[in-house]
Amino acid sequence: MAFIELNSVNKWYGEYHALRDVTLSVEKGERIVICGPSGSGKSTLIRCINALESHHQGTISVGGTALTSDIKTVEGVRKSVGMVFQSFNLFPHLTILENCTLAPIHVKKMKKAEAEDLAMSLLERVRIGEQALKYPGQLSGGQQQRVAIARALCMQPDVMLFDEPTSALDAEMVKEVLDIMVDLAGSGMTMLCVTHEMGFARQVADRVVFMDAGQIIEMNTPDAFFSAPQHERTRQFLSQILH
Amino acid sequence: MTGFVQTQPIAARTAPLAARYNLFRVLFGDVLSTVSTLAILFAVIALAPKLVSWGMLNGIWTGEGAQCTGVGACWAFLRAKYPFILFGIYPPGQYWRPIALIVIFVGLTLYSLPPKNWKTSTLWAWVIGTVIALALMAGGVFGLEAVPTDSWGGLPVTLILTVLSLGLGFPLAIALALGRQSDLKAVKYICVAVIEGIRGLPLLSLLFIVSILLPLMLPDGLKIDKLLRALVAMTVFSAAYLAEVLRGGLQGLHNGQGEAADALSLSWWSKTRLIILPQAISKVIPPLTNTVVVMVKNTSLVLIVGLYDLLSAGRAALADPAWPAPFAETYGFIALIYFIICFSITRYTHWIERQNLFGVNR
Repeated sequence: MAFIELNSVNKWYGEYHALRDVTLSVEKGERIVICGPSGSGKSTLIRCINALESHHQGTISVGGTALTSDIKTVEGVRKSVGMVFQSFNLFPHLTILENCTLAPIHVKKMKKAEAEDLAMSLLERVRIGEQALKYPGQLSGGQQQRVAIARALCMQPDVMLFDEPTSALDAEMVKEVLDIMVDLAGSGMTMLCVTHEMGFARQVADRVVFMDAGQIIEMNTPDAFFSAPQHERTRQFLSQILH
Repeated sequence: MTGFVQTQPIAARTAPLAARYNLFRVLFGDVLSTVSTLAILFAVIALAPKLVSWGMLNGIWTGEGAQCTGVGACWAFLRAKYPFILFGIYPPGQYWRPIALIVIFVGLTLYSLPPKNWKTSTLWAWVIGTVIALALMAGGVFGLEAVPTDSWGGLPVTLILTVLSLGLGFPLAIALALGRQSDLKAVKYICVAVIEGIRGLPLLSLLFIVSILLPLMLPDGLKIDKLLRALVAMTVFSAAYLAEVLRGGLQGLHNGQGEAADALSLSWWSKTRLIILPQAISKVIPPLTNTVVVMVKNTSLVLIVGLYDLLSAGRAALADPAWPAPFAETYGFIALIYFIICFSITRYTHWIERQNLFGVNR
């Protein structure tokens, strides 16, 4: 059984059918890039994996645990799934270091000193260690997003979800975040990234998933996906974003 | 010329005088400012001599009631009556006990002001300090003469009602505000009913209900202290208003904050305590201050259920037939005490807002 299994997952927002029979399995260590036009359900898909959204039909399992609405099950799954948001969502009233140590201390019951050591090593890894005592509002967007990555890594997750991590960034800051993500991919982390950065997809993805209207339209290795797209909708999409 | 390349970088220059704050410009910058400045200046010049001759030159500073003829201010009255205004009908030989309560409350308040003292131990200090202060007031312990709450009065009553109704009302308000946002329909509607029910009543009628109707409904022999009843009314009243202020803060919070906490697997309680409430509260400091100041002044309404707070003690003092009842001086004195309390609160919260407790505001 794959590490993440989605089987015929359906979700509705009111009357709107947002995810339609989505089936996807992700092996440990695999890097998946999910792309597609806005409103195609890619964010909803990854938000279902850590139960930020609940699904209505089908099954989702993470590390062998089937997601239910039971709060203990949900919290258990979330412990092993890190998430990075488009709008960073750092806690503005806490320092960078406190942002990172919060969950290890309060969820994993780690000792404060131990959590701070861990946080500092991960902040160094995202090359932001010297900013540890500042507040999020004092950092640039790119720096904040790197902190958000470190914060998620502090929970030592088995898989990382990225929901358009560079879409809210100024052009000059996209690369510093992508570099960190490439590093992370190199370390063997299981990753699911919703992104429009096709260069990143080519460089690190094992598979590219293309979604439209709540469905998976096409899924292939980056080489095949970019050079020989099969579905008409995929070709149309690629012709719009690749110039 | 279509192309341009900068050859010489532009250094920063000082702002011209007109771009800076200028008192003269504020006072006389345009016609409206000039007219209002002159009008206010004229009013001060016209009124000041009267006030000075009434309050200072013709003021009676010492002596008995007979010496106050009404030409000048009767400050002698305040000199004679200030213990009564401050402590009401509390036994005069025991004044050190209400003084102790004031010292304890003021001391704890001053200690709690700097954010570095906002910790659990401070909360415990308040609990212990309040118990000791109330025990000193009530007596019957440590070999102190027992003084029933009927004999309490003046500033201690005002402080007790203010501190306890806000101190107990705030946690209740948090529960109501969170409950109102709950996904559990039953919890949500109970909280809405409590908040809206209380907000729909004037504080006066709430005091009447709790002070007069409640004892009628209770079985014989079960008697709840009058001060306690008023305190309950004021606590739920302040809780309802504070809850609505807090709700504003909760709604002003970006969804992503709660989601980020969820994604980190924080429990509901950790998320609420560590992420949601600190940010929600810091967003609503100005309206919270407003509610607190209003509640301080609302304590004066307890006079209608027969409690002697600062204002009613002042009125009682005026009833002494040996004096010509100098209303302006007495109410001025009481107003000054209220003003000192309320103005200190607003200055403090302005300072807190400037402390930038929560990083760079965003």
